[in-house]
Amino acid sequence: MSAVVLQELTPFYGARQAVKPVNMTLASNQITAIIGPSGCGKSTVLRCLNRMHETIPGAYAKGTVMLGAQNIYAPDIDPTMIRISVGMVFQQPVALRTRNVYENVAVGLRLQGMSNRADLDAAVERALRSAVLWDEVKDVLNKPGTALSGGQQQRLSIARALAIQPEVLLLDEPASALDPIATASIEELLMTLKSRLTIVIVTHSMQQAARISDETAVFMVDVGAGQSIGELVEKGDTTQVFTQPVDPRTESYISGRVG
Amino acid sequence: MRTFNYRRRKLVDQLMRGLSALATGCAVIPLIAIIGYVLTIGSGAISWSFFTDIYQPPSNAPEPTAEAPEVAYDPNDPFANLTVEPEAGTTGSTEDVTNVYNAAPRGGVLHGILGTLTIAGIGLLFALPIGIFAGIYLSEFRNERFATVVRFCCDVLSGSPSIVAGVTIYVLVVLQTQQFSAVAGSMALAILMIPIVTRTTEEMLKLVPETMREAARGLGAPTWYSTFTVVLPAALPGIVTGVMLAFARGAGETAPLILTVLGSNIITTDIFKPMAALPLLTYRYTESPYPGENTQAWGAAFVLMMLVLLMNILVRIATRKSGGNSR
Repeated sequence: MSAVVLQELTPFYGARQAVKPVNMTLASNQITAIIGPSGCGKSTVLRCLNRMHETIPGAYAKGTVMLGAQNIYAPDIDPTMIRISVGMVFQQPVALRTRNVYENVAVGLRLQGMSNRADLDAAVERALRSAVLWDEVKDVLNKPGTALSGGQQQRLSIARALAIQPEVLLLDEPASALDPIATASIEELLMTLKSRLTIVIVTHSMQQAARISDETAVFMVDVGAGQSIGELVEKGDTTQVFTQPVDPRTESYISGRVG
Repeated sequence: MRTFNYRRRKLVDQLMRGLSALATGCAVIPLIAIIGYVLTIGSGAISWSFFTDIYQPPSNAPEPTAEAPEVAYDPNDPFANLTVEPEAGTTGSTEDVTNVYNAAPRGGVLHGILGTLTIAGIGLLFALPIGIFAGIYLSEFRNERFATVVRFCCDVLSGSPSIVAGVTIYVLVVLQTQQFSAVAGSMALAILMIPIVTRTTEEMLKLVPETMREAARGLGAPTWYSTFTVVLPAALPGIVTGVMLAFARGAGETAPLILTVLGSNIITTDIFKPMAALPLLTYRYTESPYPGENTQAWGAAFVLMMLVLLMNILVRIATRKSGGNSR
């Protein structure tokens, strides 16, 4: 597993710079939480890590992101290849319509050309087991993915991302559309996954960040010169960030005075 | 408890609801009137032979027996059997002519049914690939300037009179080849079908949540892959509706067919020759001096409506079955 190193990463939306240059290292086999108020650019930075940011019309990013020895922003890199190594789970659980549970997981494998039935069966089962969903869906693999509950659909989304065995898993507020019980199961799942993956999670819930993450990055909005711009204000060990924040803005944010 | 102006609000609510119901009724009345009228008058022409027989000239002679000689098929003279031969035992007297004039309608519209299915079907074959791919382009690459131009052209095309499509194909194909043909009619219909298929495909693809595209893209799927394996299947039921609309539009068009397929009194399988079509039969029978054929015009219109309805139902059943399960 490789760490992810951001060097002067600067996302733009057209002419507008969204975040001040970001420098940080996301350690491997750890969960890094990114927290901060709305509009601070935390999701934008996350989406830069597998080059999903630039799929928005007009959006692009400057700087480098090193995945192991590879700069994913090198000019000869195909963004779609990066997304195989760096998987992503979104805020809204996505069960692909017209596909059953099995095919929802197999879609990424098929995309990579796996067509042997036995291989697919094994890989789908492995992914569903990793996502702690296998026992619940093993008898309904033929049912539409949309028939599952919201929490199950989110674990299905995680299984789909895990099936192609990424090195890094990005999660953009994966539990914000779920109830507390489903949230707990997702958090538990992430804890078990970190032995195999580098996990980066954007969350609105500071409690969630405190519960599951090893390190925390805090982003803030800087309203200056007429336009707001996001900024990384602090990154460190989660316990330290929450108990002894270095930056005063972090302290006022986590103590509830801002944001 | 304070009620404010509860009574007045309730009254306004009821008034508005009544007005909406009234307006809906007004909108539905023409539809029901047309269907009812076509059904009542058209059903007079409907018999078993109306679906199994082709054109028979008006006559007061007894129905031809089973051994009646087949009319020789000459694709270059599609109206050969229009010639009314004097029936045996008739003298051509005024009384005979009056009898023929008042004779009950004979023959059927099988040639028209087959012709409409062929012409509209081939038209759909032309229109489907172009329309669906154009729709995909407009939806998935919606921000490109060319897409705006195409979208505008599409709207203009779908609003232009159908006779324009007919004249265009008449000049470009019929005059060039010196031949009226079913395939020329299909081309004219395709021109009318393309904008419908394109715009419905686009709208239906736009309804597929962006999250699905993101999920596919997040797996490293290139745009074409996510479009064809994730987005398109999700939008399929809506696209099928658009295709059916296009088929119905094409099947019902008359003006472009007059200029391109000409019409025929016999069953033709050669798509490079003139062919019959239900709207053409409706048009010709309406103009006919024989009251019997006027009734058959209603019958042809009725069959056309039923045909479109039937196609609609069949396609819906087919897509419902195939959706959802791919394992």
